[in-house]
Amino acid sequence: MASITAMSGPRTRKCDTTGLPVCLDAEFFVKMNAVSAVVFLLLGGIAALTLALTRWPAVHLLDSTWFYRMLTFHGVNMLIFWILFMEMAILYFAGTTLLKTKLFSPKLAWAGFGLMISGAVMTDYIILMGQADVMLTSYLPLVAHPLFYLGIILFAVGALVNIFNFFATVYVAWKNKTYGETMPLVAFGAVTAAIIAVVALLHGAVALVPTLTFAMGWTAEPDPMWYRLIWWGLGHQSQQVNVVAMVSVWYLMSHLTSGGVVLNEFVSRGAFVLYILFINLASAHHLLVDPGVGATWKIWNTSYAMYLAVLASLIHGFTVPAGLEAGMRLKGYTKGLFGWLWNAPWKNPGFSGFFLSLVIFGFIGGITGVTLGTQQINITAHNTLRIPGHFHATVVGGTSLAFMGLTYYVVPLLFRREYSFKWLARLQPYVFAVGIVLMSLGMSFAGSAGVARRTWDIDAAGIYGATSHLMLGVLGIGGTLAFIGLLIYVLLTVHAVLFGQKNHGRAMDDWGTPKDIAPAEGDTEARELLEHGKAPGTMVLVLVLLACFVVYYFANWKALADLWHVR
Amino acid sequence: MTIHSPPKDWFKWPHGHERLWIGLALVWCLIMFAMMPYWHFNGKQNSTGESYAVEPDAFVERVEQFTAANKVGEDPASGIPIVEPPPGGDAYLLGRMWSWTPTLKLRQGETYRLHISSADLQHGFSLQPMNMNFQVLPGYDHVLTLTPTTTGEFTIVCNEFCGIGHHAMIGKIIVE
Repeated sequence: MASITAMSGPRTRKCDTTGLPVCLDAEFFVKMNAVSAVVFLLLGGIAALTLALTRWPAVHLLDSTWFYRMLTFHGVNMLIFWILFMEMAILYFAGTTLLKTKLFSPKLAWAGFGLMISGAVMTDYIILMGQADVMLTSYLPLVAHPLFYLGIILFAVGALVNIFNFFATVYVAWKNKTYGETMPLVAFGAVTAAIIAVVALLHGAVALVPTLTFAMGWTAEPDPMWYRLIWWGLGHQSQQVNVVAMVSVWYLMSHLTSGGVVLNEFVSRGAFVLYILFINLASAHHLLVDPGVGATWKIWNTSYAMYLAVLASLIHGFTVPAGLEAGMRLKGYTKGLFGWLWNAPWKNPGFSGFFLSLVIFGFIGGITGVTLGTQQINITAHNTLRIPGHFHATVVGGTSLAFMGLTYYVVPLLFRREYSFKWLARLQPYVFAVGIVLMSLGMSFAGSAGVARRTWDIDAAGIYGATSHLMLGVLGIGGTLAFIGLLIYVLLTVHAVLFGQKNHGRAMDDWGTPKDIAPAEGDTEARELLEHGKAPGTMVLVLVLLACFVVYYFANWKALADLWHVR
Repeated sequence: MTIHSPPKDWFKWPHGHERLWIGLALVWCLIMFAMMPYWHFNGKQNSTGESYAVEPDAFVERVEQFTAANKVGEDPASGIPIVEPPPGGDAYLLGRMWSWTPTLKLRQGETYRLHISSADLQHGFSLQPMNMNFQVLPGYDHVLTLTPTTTGEFTIVCNEFCGIGHHAMIGKIIVE
């Protein structure tokens, strides 16, 4: 491989497992960002536990002040710090190793990292000091201490610096054709995520800089409706960065754990492009029952222009498992419709993390998200617990779980240390997944009974019955279980990074990759299926998904039709 | 595959199951899209976002005038006035930290233009147990053209965080 030798030098090494070249500078920043991510995940996780135990009426742990403070802290640490640090790690990995090139500038990487860390520490400090009990969204005219906004702005600028560094790295690789003619799919996904992230972060700057100057007393108060519109250009769009990063990780993990293939490069790449084109309209999802914007605007924007970004997710929801199915069939697991699935490496936490993420994101997060984001149906969901019920299935059961699965490969491959207590690591994705699903369902059903999100106590209203209390109990139990899963992940990972057995000079321990049992000439039947674009098992699975989607969607219209009339 | 550069001739149109699924998914997307304009014209529950600019102080004044003109009683416990707007006419509801005023008395089957706004922060109008939810912003007179179809006592819960007393911000609508 000429391209690999082209990249050899004192600041590179060859990966002992994959044979890919690793730029040591980039590797350092992958490590720095990943470690920071895990630290902020733990902080946000501890806050999450206290919240779950407060919304569980039988426990009702925190007082109201600390509940709202922890809710702000949880949102900021999870949705911004944990996720974005992890995404920076992914960008530095995908931009260098997958493109077989070196990091453009270690200095810029330091600058970006320094800005992000100082911003994160500043924001967390001011929240814990009780100066910013405003929730993640900090809706005006609610005002926080200026350092709250300044911290987030510094963090965002740091992220932008890193993203610039990533683009410069990609540009150099593209100019020198280090990776061949066409960029690998996972790197293409990373570029997509980075483009959307830039648009999201610019919205953040537009919303938060005037809010900061207002909090300083320098400028007039921005209009609250304008703030909502622009802030959600950051708030929702950054969740789409998570979606794209997660889908890229799905493709990566499908390949690493089971030899998953790409059915059709054009289709998978086209779906990524659909995200870039249409996903920025989703700011509307949060304004569907707002004054100030009309029905036409709401309908067009909430649908991402005729659901073309939803189409992208539905496409990935097929191509990822179908690529896995094809890869497994080519290895010889051809029995019946689902032989490929039963023989997948379910004890490999990299695989279970990715596949559970795919299922939870699709069946719970995706279906609820599109339905609740329907203009009129949103009347029954806005600001109820149905909303966090939805996004914990996308961002936590989806993105976070996929990132956890990824970590079980990042640590052995880049930190070059092995996990101890492997049995516990194999169990971890399941514990976390079950916890998140329970919590998400508890939230969704309580929300359907009208329980509000972001509310310390539901008994003051005196109207919520046994069902609501039961569902909040399910939320509490699920949340606790998910926290246990999170804690296992953090402890195992920290232990592996600090004390894990070194694997220099040899391939990483195999978590359990399915053996190739196909005859020497390859499995002709599997090859033929692939030639004809057939993935029969996956086709059945996506038809089940579509059926669930249709039933849930129209059941919600039916429920809406029973309400008072309103225009 | 996914982490390596694809072979030179990677471009091909989707075929087989992939093409079938893309087609099905696209049709489903278009059905979902069509449902919203359909409901807008034929459904009874829509959020059209009708609203007018209003200074918070001016809105408070309008609520007070409306209350004085249509008051029919007072809640003995909270002292919040009970107000019966003329059927087919305008009704006003004010959200402020941390109460909803006044208590509205409506008639089943009559249509009201319900003006909702805030005197201070953002609030969430959440009508329970109907579970109908609308956003309330200071500076925006949000008009809901509302027709109660069921009778009874309904609770308004605030479901937008508005400070430490947020969970205790409770109001009432009575429908006869």
